[in-house]
Amino acid sequence: MNTTDLATYNFAYLDEQTKRMIRRAILKAIAIPGYQVPFASREMPMPYGWGTGGVQVTAAILGPDDVLKVIDQGADDTTNAVSIRAFFQKVANVAVTTKTREATIIQTRHRIPEEKLTAGQTLVYQVPIPEPLRFLEPRETETRKMHALEEYGLMHVKLYEDIAKNGHIATTYAYPVKVEGRYVMDPSPTPKFDNPKMHRSEALQLFGAGREKRIYAVPPYTDVVSLDFEDHPFEIQTFDKPCALCGAKNVYLDEVVLDDRGGRMFVCSDTDHCEDRCANGHRGHLAYNKEAAE
Amino acid sequence: MSLDTLAFAGGFQKPVFEAQAVFRTLMDCMARPGTIGDIAATVTPPRPLTPAAGAVALTLCDHDTSIWLTPALAASALPGWLAFNAGAAIADERQNARFAFIEKGAMLPNFCLFAQGTQEYPDRSTTLVVEIESFEGGRPLALTGPGIRTEEGIAPVGLPDMFPQFWAENRQKFPRGVDLILVAGDRVLCLPRTTIISVKEA
Amino acid sequence: MYVAVKGGEAAISNAHRLLADRRRGDRSLPAIGIEQIVAQLGLAVDRVMAEASLYDRALAALAIRQSRGDMIEAIFILRAYRTTLPRFGYSLPVETGAMLIERRVSATYKDLPGGQLLGPTFDYTHRLLDPSLLGDEAIDAGLEREEGGEPIMRVSDILAGEGLVEDDGSLPDGHVAGDITREPLEFPMARDLRLQALARGDEGFLLALGYSTQRGYARTHPFVGEVRIGEVEVELDMPELGFAVSLGRIQVTECQMIAQFKGSAKNPPQFTRGYGLVFGQSERKAMAMSLVDRALRAEEFGEDIVAPAQDEEFVISHSDNVQATGFVEHLKLPHYVDFQAELDLVRRMRREYEAAQNVGTELPEAAE
Repeated sequence: MNTTDLATYNFAYLDEQTKRMIRRAILKAIAIPGYQVPFASREMPMPYGWGTGGVQVTAAILGPDDVLKVIDQGADDTTNAVSIRAFFQKVANVAVTTKTREATIIQTRHRIPEEKLTAGQTLVYQVPIPEPLRFLEPRETETRKMHALEEYGLMHVKLYEDIAKNGHIATTYAYPVKVEGRYVMDPSPTPKFDNPKMHRSEALQLFGAGREKRIYAVPPYTDVVSLDFEDHPFEIQTFDKPCALCGAKNVYLDEVVLDDRGGRMFVCSDTDHCEDRCANGHRGHLAYNKEAAE
Repeated sequence: MSLDTLAFAGGFQKPVFEAQAVFRTLMDCMARPGTIGDIAATVTPPRPLTPAAGAVALTLCDHDTSIWLTPALAASALPGWLAFNAGAAIADERQNARFAFIEKGAMLPNFCLFAQGTQEYPDRSTTLVVEIESFEGGRPLALTGPGIRTEEGIAPVGLPDMFPQFWAENRQKFPRGVDLILVAGDRVLCLPRTTIISVKEA
Repeated sequence: MYVAVKGGEAAISNAHRLLADRRRGDRSLPAIGIEQIVAQLGLAVDRVMAEASLYDRALAALAIRQSRGDMIEAIFILRAYRTTLPRFGYSLPVETGAMLIERRVSATYKDLPGGQLLGPTFDYTHRLLDPSLLGDEAIDAGLEREEGGEPIMRVSDILAGEGLVEDDGSLPDGHVAGDITREPLEFPMARDLRLQALARGDEGFLLALGYSTQRGYARTHPFVGEVRIGEVEVELDMPELGFAVSLGRIQVTECQMIAQFKGSAKNPPQFTRGYGLVFGQSERKAMAMSLVDRALRAEEFGEDIVAPAQDEEFVISHSDNVQATGFVEHLKLPHYVDFQAELDLVRRMRREYEAAQNVGTELPEAAE
């Protein structure tokens, strides 16, 4: 057994043939916004379901001049984000950052950064189940036909049943969108709070689903409209209070349990956004007071 | 130099990083139609194909992609060069080609002759790499659609008069249809099938 | 005072250090060697090779040691390595008829050319814990049969002589065998691709599905025509040389399951077959695979699709244990952003529900 061979991997891990295959899929995905391009997803050295699709997309586009940011739940320091960032540092020696505005590529799971993304940036989503119709129809053979025929009645029926039963659309994340008036697309399990950020974003948005072997894309300045009804228009989550640390309003907040007596606080899910605001002197009502502590 | 030796030379000097750079340019241009990208590639394909188009070929093609060539390119040393440097085979039919290369001055066939993809798999269509004279100085065309904030303008020289009509027919088939990579010198501009092209009144 | 959870990197590196410690275990005991795993836990090694689709005993043993004996983890490690290997070409089909046989049994004939060869089987062992294995007693060498016996013909060939079993089947002219590791799956699948997926499918999953067909969920009246285990030659065509060269021998287990078929408008009554072929010695897997292969051919024979084992998209989409374990286990990753969204909705609906309840209880009073 030649064990020395085991440690030699190509730049960004993937072999060049695999990168070409993924790159071709990305170009077609961009040309057909919201359509899921099948690709021959590879086994990655992290488990399926843990971001292998996003990792393959990032590995295929990443170059030596890129600056990479990886977030999970909006945070740079969640364990899986740390692990994926460390992977790219190891296999591509790429510069990394936690600052949204410094990044050229942002790989994300479950959030879109609060700060508006710009034209030089690419947002890479990790996607578990790319098919928005999957929970209505488990068969790929059927859902593919529905997309081909633009037959999305089932989705509207499902959303309307929610309204009839609960008075609300009971979908709070992975809320389906229609891209450029044609394909219904799963935005990945981001909270619907983030859906409006996808609409006509300046950044290129790429979606990778490794286990399900699909890549899709939303080019910049592309219409991304959340499905709704005239009498029940789409609305995003709102929070009663601002972030307890930085005082930000109109951002997505995490609920943090403080004690066993029902104590709760709400803080920014986007940790970079929160830290940036704190550094610029913004204070929430539970902000850590440095001067007082010293 | 003989045809044979031509075929074995002229690939990327640093395949990993050059292919990545060319791809990023193509990705940016495909995502932002009308944007002109630069290809600073070191490949030297057999003539008449230009280095930039050759770099596109080596970036995207391999033995999983069959390529259609115009009669002039098919008669050049290019098939051997593609086979050696990319492992790519030549498609006998336009319908079977994942990529098509058309050199400057060659007749541009109607897009409907190439693979259009199917309604279920619209991604299975040909990407055409078309060399033209220039992106400026020709008939002004206005571009709108995904990837474009309001409107982009180009004035290509070297596309046939019928081009806007070919393109409109291609656009109508959405989600089916071909995608274009236009190459002028070492510059590149992409037209995904979503782009709407209108002829500007002079 | 709340401080955002920091130190993910340190936590991960400490966890890995602890894992290495637990993997090594009691330092007063000698470390287990790769050669020992290959030699003494050979069937574990075989399973890892089969489901990782990589025939390399030493690397499979390394993966088993690295995974502390967690088989799916070991399969995953070996697969992730396999996917980085360059591809030189595709071998010619192996000729299992020319196998150097160590075991061969048929349930359909009492005796047959080549005979019944039990080989190194657990069959007919009494499953009593063996105290002698607590120590390291001397073990006698196995007996070997004499060379030059009659050829061990395949049972399918015997039946084919009478025309009572379907032939090997053929694919359309110019059909190039697919490769599920290089192309995305598409349903319906050709049988070559389906067999590839089953060959790397999870042994437990295929076992359960095969079992379900026996219990009436798509019953096929199966008989083991033959199971054979032994070594076959792997050859690669060399266009430069104009002939095939041998790359070496691998051990495989092949099962041909014979199933009843009443015939259809197209085909006369005859026996049909389910096929299983697996790296190494893995009879359970090969048999389960052949049952599932036969069940998945329902459409081909015009049979009603009524059971899970006949449902190609269901079976193939869920047979890969590396995919399955990844997605099941990903549920332990943080999902608090989505959970927050759900929490908010449930709270809101709960308030509305309680408000409606209150209205309901107050109304009758108001009417009085």
